[in-house]
Amino acid sequence: MIGITNSYSQGGIMSDLGIKIGLEIHQQLETHRKLFCSCPSIMSDEYKVTLTRKLRPVTSEMGDVDVAALFEWRKGKTYLYHVPDASSCLVECDEEPPHEMDPEAVKIALGMAISLHATPVDEIYVMRKIVIDGSNTSGFQRTAIVSLGGFIEDKEGKVGIQTIAVEEDAARKVEEGKNETVYNLDRLGFPLIEISTAPDIKSPEQAERVALEIGQLLRMTGKVKRGLGTIRQDLNVSIMGGTKVEIKGVQRLELISTIIENEVRRQKTLLDIRQELKSRGVTEDMIKEIQQVDLTNVFLNTSSKIVRNGMSRGKVIGMRLPRMSGIMGRDVMPGRRFGTEVADYVRVLAGLGGLFHSDELPNYGITLDEVSEVKRVLDVKEGDGFVILVGEKEKLNIAVQTIKDRLNQALIGVPKETRGAEEDGTTRFLRPQPGSARMYPETDIPPMKVEDLMEQAKLYVPQPPEVKLKHFIEIGLNNELANQMLKSPRIDLFEYLTEKYNANPVFVATLLENTLKYVKSKGGDMNLVDEGVIETIVKHVSEGRISKDSVADILIEFTTSNKNLQDVISKYTSISTDQLISLIRQEVERNRKELVEKKDKAFTILMSTVMSKVRGKADGKVVAELIRKEIEKLQ
Amino acid sequence: MLEGYRGKLASFLASKGIEIGDRIRIKKDSLEVEGILFPSFSRDEDIIVVKMDNGYNVGLKATGADLSLLSKRKAEDTRKPQSTGSKGEVKIISTGGTIVSKVEYETGAVRPALSTDEILEYLPQIKDIADIDAEILFTILSENMKPDYWTKIAEKVKESLDKGARGVVIAHGTDTMSYTASAIAFSFSEMTGPVVLVGSQRSSDRPSSDSSINLYSSVILAKESPFAEVAVLMHGESSDTYTIAHRGVKVRKMHTSRRDAFQSINDVPLAKVMWTENTVKMLRKDFVPRGKENRMDSKFDPRVFLLYYYPGMNPLILEAIKDKTRGIVLAGTGLGHTSEEFETVFREFTKDGIFVGMTSQCLFGRVNMNVYTTGRKLLEAGVVPLGDMLPETALVKLMWSLAHADDVEGVKKLMLTNMVGEFNDRHNEQLFPRWYYE
Repeated sequence: MIGITNSYSQGGIMSDLGIKIGLEIHQQLETHRKLFCSCPSIMSDEYKVTLTRKLRPVTSEMGDVDVAALFEWRKGKTYLYHVPDASSCLVECDEEPPHEMDPEAVKIALGMAISLHATPVDEIYVMRKIVIDGSNTSGFQRTAIVSLGGFIEDKEGKVGIQTIAVEEDAARKVEEGKNETVYNLDRLGFPLIEISTAPDIKSPEQAERVALEIGQLLRMTGKVKRGLGTIRQDLNVSIMGGTKVEIKGVQRLELISTIIENEVRRQKTLLDIRQELKSRGVTEDMIKEIQQVDLTNVFLNTSSKIVRNGMSRGKVIGMRLPRMSGIMGRDVMPGRRFGTEVADYVRVLAGLGGLFHSDELPNYGITLDEVSEVKRVLDVKEGDGFVILVGEKEKLNIAVQTIKDRLNQALIGVPKETRGAEEDGTTRFLRPQPGSARMYPETDIPPMKVEDLMEQAKLYVPQPPEVKLKHFIEIGLNNELANQMLKSPRIDLFEYLTEKYNANPVFVATLLENTLKYVKSKGGDMNLVDEGVIETIVKHVSEGRISKDSVADILIEFTTSNKNLQDVISKYTSISTDQLISLIRQEVERNRKELVEKKDKAFTILMSTVMSKVRGKADGKVVAELIRKEIEKLQ
Repeated sequence: MLEGYRGKLASFLASKGIEIGDRIRIKKDSLEVEGILFPSFSRDEDIIVVKMDNGYNVGLKATGADLSLLSKRKAEDTRKPQSTGSKGEVKIISTGGTIVSKVEYETGAVRPALSTDEILEYLPQIKDIADIDAEILFTILSENMKPDYWTKIAEKVKESLDKGARGVVIAHGTDTMSYTASAIAFSFSEMTGPVVLVGSQRSSDRPSSDSSINLYSSVILAKESPFAEVAVLMHGESSDTYTIAHRGVKVRKMHTSRRDAFQSINDVPLAKVMWTENTVKMLRKDFVPRGKENRMDSKFDPRVFLLYYYPGMNPLILEAIKDKTRGIVLAGTGLGHTSEEFETVFREFTKDGIFVGMTSQCLFGRVNMNVYTTGRKLLEAGVVPLGDMLPETALVKLMWSLAHADDVEGVKKLMLTNMVGEFNDRHNEQLFPRWYYE
């Protein structure tokens, strides 16, 4: 957690801000087919065919084009689709109407609805949600509400569930170019469940907890996909006086609280900025009158590479920001200033690289002399700020308007926008928030009656924790380990591995809950240990190729060296029982005299000499058993 | 209006003064849902469909629910699509289908939008290439098209070309577009500009629709093309890269749903339109150039029958249609066959003045009834081989011919005359699609 955000929680400011958080959890389901066609839901990179498409926004009856839709269209992008034969058909190509919705996916969603005390609707209607970033070949995402209402218990209070929906996942982005985006169609149509909570969540910690609990329930249906990217959280965050801001694509649970803290801080700062601008007497009219001034002459001989590069494509302009000194430099979250926020708008909406502002100059090769000259030409007075933009003329014109719009929004407060989550817990502007106007019925699919599915849906209701706990104890876990497993985010991995490899449950649970912690305590880089690594280890152990006693050593070596997993494993590969027997016999022959003499100590002696040779490659229990047999033969 | 609602629920809604588009509240047990009453597509009479504030529709059972009206719908947009009467360089005639339409998000209704203003609003780039004038002639689904309507379309085409349009675009549902194309083609012996039939395989209410590119291309073609023929213009491939103008009498819808469903059969298309560059590339030189005047004769006799032969078909079935038809087009097997059993019936038909023509179910290639005995027998019975003509083209041509000849000999003569390129006597090796599996 980052220092400054910590102070919010510590000082209790968090609770005074009127924070409201809603979660949207998207989880890929493991069904036999995709949601609207008969393709298997598998990833696949092999393709022979590509399609090139354009998307255009659709006007609504009111004559207005949805903001988000128009925004994408203005970019005039071309979309290139890789069409993998193994996992897509004409439905994904938008060349064939959708098939009937996969009943299995609906049943899983209904199962979740039952466990979250929700009320299923009587008939399910598939909707088209306009999305024209190319991620859906049709230009819309198909989505359907399965249930309404419901709640989940949390120690900070009940959190309402607003809706549970099933929807199709989008195509997988391969490459984002300037004028062209490349997608792979394999993921398009994967069934997703979307669970949306009410904005009842009051703290970052609660958000993380509720996300974990819902994720756990989902995994306990036994019907969800596994691995990175199969679950995604979106957050809706607002503070009193702020705006509900959507944050998309949080893939790691641990980031939720940091992201929320950062967003709360951002909204708080934006409200402070509004206050500041008002008290300085900045008005809408003032912003309206801001003019762009050509600064190309100032930079004719500049040594700044960025400016020179931009100038080769167009020109340099500047804008005086009246009474806004210091505003652009305000930190809104770690590593991001208000100027960064404005620059994001310029990047996304005008297609420019960004901007330079008064609170960060001189920098980027722009000298103090140049700054003074800019101030002179722009007539920047005490208390004023300014921005400098470089690039193509057309883009500059759009950028100027974009900046004025964004500054106007600063006078109102927090703009309604969709932001994207970054790996470090910060967020950045993605696009304006789409209105609700972008939904209309998918007329190619008849409504689905829920009544007929309810009986079978019960099979998918995740087992209540008590039942799970009892089951874990029955299969051999002790009380403590069973409880640990029940609370673990790896509960589904545990069940998956024990089932698939018929692995010893105690071994798997210990590995997941204790061994990994031990490896970490030994300085292991746990980022290297993904589910694939764990699966490989369990596979090798259950197939008798490595001893379970060597697992910790293998993982420590793997996570602290640069070696590849297979190489490390082969070092520890078990020796066969036959080899073991002959090794034991060798030792018996070598020490026969001593062993016969000290018969009661024979076992200890043999055990220590043999184990010193096979440690890590043979299971101690097996060695002991074999030694006992050999000792019996000693007479 | 309570579209889709029936029985008890419909009367209940009516009694409460609730109509489609009104804001309502449904209370049921612990659930309370507010939203807009939507038309019902349900098979269940008890289901109320509500569009909630988040945009989603849900279906809820009315029985046991407490239903109330919150507010009436906002006044409807009463703008009626109409022709502006401008003397467009390109005339766009709409016959129906949803090549240009608008979605009403509130109720999900898709409404055709075909006034000039609305087309320009939908596709503002069009005004950069041509001055257009639009008119709605019909709003019918293409499966409901019939010969009377072909005549009306032909008359409208003539009127538009006579008034000076460089070309005419006909927006048409795709299912029967090739029939209409043939009918217009046979109706004109000379034209001053092209007639371009255009449709879409993805309706225009979706962002991925092919309609905007197709419509845009058709306007380019109508204005720029050097030919004055009837063409069908659709996507050239599944990608949005280019469109293809097919000769109207040689084209067929060959796929139920793909954008590039339309293919020229036994012939090379007329032109390729590169919509991103606003250019037309001719694919053949032997097109009919723009003429000096528009000579039209658009009469059809619908007393025809298209018989798709299958093994075991009972010849007696033909008795049922005998007094209702003046001509039959056969889609026979292979080179142009039916079973020998039909010989007698066909002989009887042709003797009674009913035209019987032979095309092939194979579609690709031409019929040749001299190769096998059965073919020769059918020829003797009076069946007329129709070369490489498509069955549907032959059928439309037969309707036209029957309306323009007095006896079966006259009909035969017209049927065998190559009027607008419906016959192609030379098939080169390239005129057959291949499917690649590796």
